[in-house]
Amino acid sequence: MNNITERIGRILIVNVPRELDHHSASIIREETELMFRGNKIKYVIFNFSETKFMDSSGIGLIMGRYNEVRLQGGSVCVTNVSTNLEKIITLSGLYKVINKYSFVNEAIEAFS
Amino acid sequence: MNNINEMILEFDSISENESFARVVVAAFVTRLNPTLEEISDIKTAISEAVTNCIIHAYDKKEGKIKIEARITNKDIHNNLLEIIVADKGKGIENVKQAMEPMFTTKPHEERSGMGFAFMEAFMNELKVESVVGQGTKVIMKKVLVTSD
Repeated sequence: MNNITERIGRILIVNVPRELDHHSASIIREETELMFRGNKIKYVIFNFSETKFMDSSGIGLIMGRYNEVRLQGGSVCVTNVSTNLEKIITLSGLYKVINKYSFVNEAIEAFS
Repeated sequence: MNNINEMILEFDSISENESFARVVVAAFVTRLNPTLEEISDIKTAISEAVTNCIIHAYDKKEGKIKIEARITNKDIHNNLLEIIVADKGKGIENVKQAMEPMFTTKPHEERSGMGFAFMEAFMNELKVESVVGQGTKVIMKKVLVTSD
């Protein structure tokens, strides 16, 4: 299995698994908390390339990271968003505070 | 074609069962040849309802969650899917407030408060019946266009 999180400097990439619900969100949250500790993370990229399912727990997870980085002037974005996920993210109003990129590389460039 | 069908499922209130529940209901609906979008909508709605039982109704303690799903013929072009997700948990004091988008009693747990809003958006009808101390019943209906 690929690592859920990767770090490039102050950028944290979260490779979201196939399904993002309350169960998997708590696992990802724990892992991101470990990465946040001592790493001065300013930007978070949620890579949804493998993700087929997400519910409101995913929205909570993204909002949580947004609240963590915005205090330091950072930001959060999503990439590789499928039609299913697009519907949920749009409905949640998340796009008012986060950006979307087609691919992870594009997001890394934007934050560098 | 007569598509009438019914199922009842009861399982423990643990987070591993969130994916189990939505997959079972999706499989139950499959013989109606739903679109991928309809399946995705139903899975999200089930996931929201079951998650509510686990984190709110039973507050992560032991309990049973019961799902009833029923398919009936609405008319010649449409089937009706009715799903009831029921728990015997603590109940909701103010259902109207609980259903408001962004309202959550657990902001520290990063709950988005979008659960009922998603159920409402992804199904055609949503009704919530709750008695404090006795439990909650979420009744959802979705019209599925017959493919034949």
